[in-house]
Amino acid sequence: MARQLSSGGRYVTNRNRNIETIYTKHTIASMKKKLIHDVFHEYISEFYQKRSIMEIKLIYEGEVTHKITKAFTASVENKMTNEGESSLLKRKVFHIIVESLQNISKHAQSIIHTKDDFNGMGSFLIAKSKKDYYIVAGNPIHKDEKQEIIKLIDNINSLNKQDLSALHKEQMKEGKLSSKGGAGLGLIEIARKSGKALSYSFKKLSDEVEFFILTTQIPSI
Amino acid sequence: MINSIKIDEKEDTPKVIFDPSNNFFEISGRSLPEDAILFYEPILAWLNKYSYNPNILTELNIKLNYFNTASSKLILDILMILEEMVDNNKQCIIKWYFEEDDEDMEEAGEEYSDLIDVPFELIKY
Repeated sequence: MARQLSSGGRYVTNRNRNIETIYTKHTIASMKKKLIHDVFHEYISEFYQKRSIMEIKLIYEGEVTHKITKAFTASVENKMTNEGESSLLKRKVFHIIVESLQNISKHAQSIIHTKDDFNGMGSFLIAKSKKDYYIVAGNPIHKDEKQEIIKLIDNINSLNKQDLSALHKEQMKEGKLSSKGGAGLGLIEIARKSGKALSYSFKKLSDEVEFFILTTQIPSI
Repeated sequence: MINSIKIDEKEDTPKVIFDPSNNFFEISGRSLPEDAILFYEPILAWLNKYSYNPNILTELNIKLNYFNTASSKLILDILMILEEMVDNNKQCIIKWYFEEDDEDMEEAGEEYSDLIDVPFELIKY
């Protein structure tokens, strides 16, 4: 049994234990954070096994801002320089980090008007197997976007290098652009830079919101 | 003559110099602004105005080592203003610089040269 409090929090009576708990706005936000955390970690623990991950370079859960993007790219660039990675690989990783994070903040705008407050929550991971870098980006999306994203990625995955370049040119010329990018250009670029198929996964968060996880593999050169 | 544009390079935005009195036009560095439209809009507006009464030859030097997809569309918008100038019988040339081992920037240059009809030079450095 739950009813809305004027503070925006919820008041819940737990009959089984015969205690009353007040969930404030803050606790509800924490519960949602925890839900996203659980969903993301369930995915990545499977992912660690499947891809024989040996090292976690960076893991982040929270709001993705421009400052965060700048900090992550700078830190990863430094690390890769210290580890003597090639500048070609560094550029690819840099590019894919920027576009993956941009995707998170772009999608965040699509769920502003849902009643669930999953706004500004993103999950981000950079990991390495013996040979390859992996970038995993997760964010809540409105469920109405799901089919469109699947269609877009399946199409990208079906194209060869030349077709991807043609699609990229077409989208640049015809596609609409928001201040955060758009027109699927980011996903096309991620696929082109990685040279591998994009993997995706969706987990249900609520009736209206799904958690979209995009995993990019970047082979070491 | 129209005033020049000079924008200093930052970690996430390029250096931009559009200086008609010295006949020097250059975009260089990195481009991943927080809001690409906000950054490029004044540059596009300036170039649009310049295009009505340009120098005899406008040579645009692009020396970017990274740009994100949000910037890519706006860079195309800049090049399209030059294309319009060429259509109006003005002389323009785009010089696209890329570092020796930077295939990404080379390919990006090739794609832009496919998309627009302006004399286009790809220059390795």
